[in-house]
Amino acid sequence: MKSSVITFPGSNCDRDMDVALKKFGFKNKMVWHADAELPKSDLVVLPGGFSYGDYLRCGSMASKSKIMQSVINFANSGGMVMGICNGFQILVETGLVPGVLLRNKYLEFICKNVFVKINDKKNKYFKNVDNEVFEFHIAHNEGNYFCTNDQLKEIEDNNQIAINYCDENGKIEDQFNPNGSLKNIAGIFNKEKNVLGMMPHPERMIDTSLSGEDGSLFFKNLINNLK
Amino acid sequence: MKISVIITLKKDVLDPQGKVIHQTLDGMGFDDVNEVRQGKYFEIDTKENDNDKAKAKVEEMCKKLLANLVIENYKIIDPK
Repeated sequence: MKSSVITFPGSNCDRDMDVALKKFGFKNKMVWHADAELPKSDLVVLPGGFSYGDYLRCGSMASKSKIMQSVINFANSGGMVMGICNGFQILVETGLVPGVLLRNKYLEFICKNVFVKINDKKNKYFKNVDNEVFEFHIAHNEGNYFCTNDQLKEIEDNNQIAINYCDENGKIEDQFNPNGSLKNIAGIFNKEKNVLGMMPHPERMIDTSLSGEDGSLFFKNLINNLK
Repeated sequence: MKISVIITLKKDVLDPQGKVIHQTLDGMGFDDVNEVRQGKYFEIDTKENDNDKAKAKVEEMCKKLLANLVIENYKIIDPK
């Protein structure tokens, strides 16, 4: 399985993602934002970080960079595209997934482990996963998911919510919402579910001695689903 | 020609920064403030000299980059 991680000026989780993808069997290539051509890939990842210093709106500049036109074409032809954290912010700015990510409700940069519940398994990202709940890491200032009422209705009708913030038992309540996200949304799909944007970082949970193993479960499952 | 653009958050979008500014103003004694909403202001100096054409271009810039229409409105100020 071949993957590509896009590096934007200000990306800082690109190498973590590279390590994670390789650890679970992907042949990964790093792709510079100013390149026009996307290498042949089974998965494209937009990593976390602070692309373009978060100028104007997080992800807005990166969404217009040269490589993104190829990524958008790839996604529109059914290719798997996953945006993590700043990558999620870039995805919403391209319009590939609906909504926006606002400043966290309490204006704090949040850096901690959270639990997320998988809302939908009829997709290549979470199909066959045994867990209902993952423990992942979040580190963001703008993760407060928001969309219009019309968009929310469409998202819910199409079952496009991927994961919600919850407690360790999978209970989705306001008190387990770290950033004020609408409906505790932590991740969302496009309509066809080949594009996934999420705030949590599975690539930070791939080593028992450093963190947890839930990221390992996610990546192992993902590569199996793509084979 | 210089054209100015003001970008504001739509009415029903939460503006935590505006809220904190409001609270701070309140604490400073400006206690008659009803609400504060924070926005963005741009000055765009364009080579285009035709008023209508310049405004049309800036409008396109607003739609494609300067504003996110899910949460923001833009207002183009007439060049003088």
